[in-house]
Amino acid sequence: MRRKVLPFSAWHLVLMPVSLIFVLPLVHMVLASFMTKAELNRFPPRFIPDGLHLDGYRRLFSESHILLWLGNTVLVAAVSVVAHLVLCSAAGYGFARLKFAGRGVAFAAVLATVMIPIQLLMIPTYLMFARLGIVDTLAAAFVPWLASAFGIFLMRQFFLSLPVELEEAARIDGCGVLRTFVSIVLPLARPALATLAVFTLLSSWNDLLWPLVAISDDHKYTLQVGLASFQGMRRTEWSQLMAGNVVATLPLVVAFLVAQKRFVATMTMTGLKG
Amino acid sequence: MTLTFAASKYAPAPAAAKPSTSRKLRRTLTGWAFAGPATLIVVGLSLFPAVWAFFISRTKWNGIAQPTDIGWANYERLAQDPDLAAAAQHTLVLTVLFVPGSIVLGLLLAIALNQRIRLIGFYRTCIFVPYVASAAATGILAGYVFNPQFGLANDVLRRAGLPAQQFLESPRQALVVVCIVALWGEVGFTSVVYLAALQDVPKELIEAATVDGAGKWRVLRSVTLPQLRPVTLFATVWQTITALQLFDLIYTTTRGGPMNSTQTVVYYVYELAFQTRRLGYGAAVAYILFAVTLLLTALVIWRSRRSGEEAF
Repeated sequence: MRRKVLPFSAWHLVLMPVSLIFVLPLVHMVLASFMTKAELNRFPPRFIPDGLHLDGYRRLFSESHILLWLGNTVLVAAVSVVAHLVLCSAAGYGFARLKFAGRGVAFAAVLATVMIPIQLLMIPTYLMFARLGIVDTLAAAFVPWLASAFGIFLMRQFFLSLPVELEEAARIDGCGVLRTFVSIVLPLARPALATLAVFTLLSSWNDLLWPLVAISDDHKYTLQVGLASFQGMRRTEWSQLMAGNVVATLPLVVAFLVAQKRFVATMTMTGLKG
Repeated sequence: MTLTFAASKYAPAPAAAKPSTSRKLRRTLTGWAFAGPATLIVVGLSLFPAVWAFFISRTKWNGIAQPTDIGWANYERLAQDPDLAAAAQHTLVLTVLFVPGSIVLGLLLAIALNQRIRLIGFYRTCIFVPYVASAAATGILAGYVFNPQFGLANDVLRRAGLPAQQFLESPRQALVVVCIVALWGEVGFTSVVYLAALQDVPKELIEAATVDGAGKWRVLRSVTLPQLRPVTLFATVWQTITALQLFDLIYTTTRGGPMNSTQTVVYYVYELAFQTRRLGYGAAVAYILFAVTLLLTALVIWRSRRSGEEAF
């Protein structure tokens, strides 16, 4: 049964301009990355470049380590996502289903960490990284994202919502705890795992503070730190800066457009169960 | 470490042990094997440093030489620090503009995005995309859009017949511009959260109110909004934390300038610790802010508990 074509609604008059406000700056960024310096330093500004000038990209690639930074960021994000999925789903399952001494205290401690603000952690974490010898390594960028209270909590809530009968049946059939977890529970947890993966990808890819504090070797920069330092040196080289922005933003925007439903579900889940 | 601790607690089996003791031990070991690693990382990266930060806050230390213990001297200095007072004021202004802004805009956008009209998927995508972009990239882009000489923002003002502005280069405007940029990047989050909540409002409630003769506006005010209260409470706390910890955006737009006009407490701590290397004093500043936010959060939760909300 086909729905009738919806009539024109007055809401378009609100939503169209509002949407443009949100999306035009990003379009502007992409278009500006293809402009020449002369085109960029002109008032009133042009919106459409008069040709596809690759000067910004050419100089970005030759004068910075942007590809290296992109690789570093991909590595940091990959390690963070995998570690998050493994560690937080195991911990969430432990807290939801296994009864063990110290469970209540441990879970309360995990929840309490949410209250601690980042500025309090900046100094001691840096010092801790220094003692562990991971300052100026990529580990400093991914160690803060190996696991999170949010991830543990999200997975625990999800496991609590599953019917316990399936697991009981598996146990009666002789499955151990690990086997039950891996072959019965995890396959059911796909939506929660996907949500967690999206959340971790966004946070670790976009993180500026930790790598900024702990990494000063420009071969070890992530994209965000690289962009910020590049900006510090070339405040007015807008075509290069916009090209850098495109390189740093495009992968996530494309991922978002491909997996839009999952992204939105993630935000909804954080919102309703956070 | 956690494992051995848990094991040793149960290892010396009492003489009158029930037959289940070894099973209990195994369950405890299994439980910790599952929950231990993540718990250790999360607690080790926050509770432990938070306690350490307190000891650092009672020293004078540049991070290289030996720290000297100076008792409460850092905390005494806090009261007379004009930079801290200014930073606290900027943080407050930012929070007061950002939190209600993102709540109200998020709700309005969600109501608009909840309509069943054509292109609605497109509109939803547009409003959410900035949330995916990093704060660092957003900040760099803002520097271009709000550039006083060549920027798009001044072009819009010119077309509207308004005078050009300095935006991020003006001590009086920079903080407001940073706040607008933060809203642009973050409001997608509150709209999606509200959109989901709107779609969860039971249809029967709305139908019942309509049958009773309530108009659209009345339904929104008396039925929908009360249903959204828990979400509003959650979003308020979440966005307050976001505002108080805003760092990336400030770093890539103004670096605290011009004339410290966008220096927030977080940025001030960063500068103290990593630019001027006053680690002890920086830790003391961080601790004071922590105490204040803890009090505020407790107040919000206490008030909401009293009015019977259950969002936490």
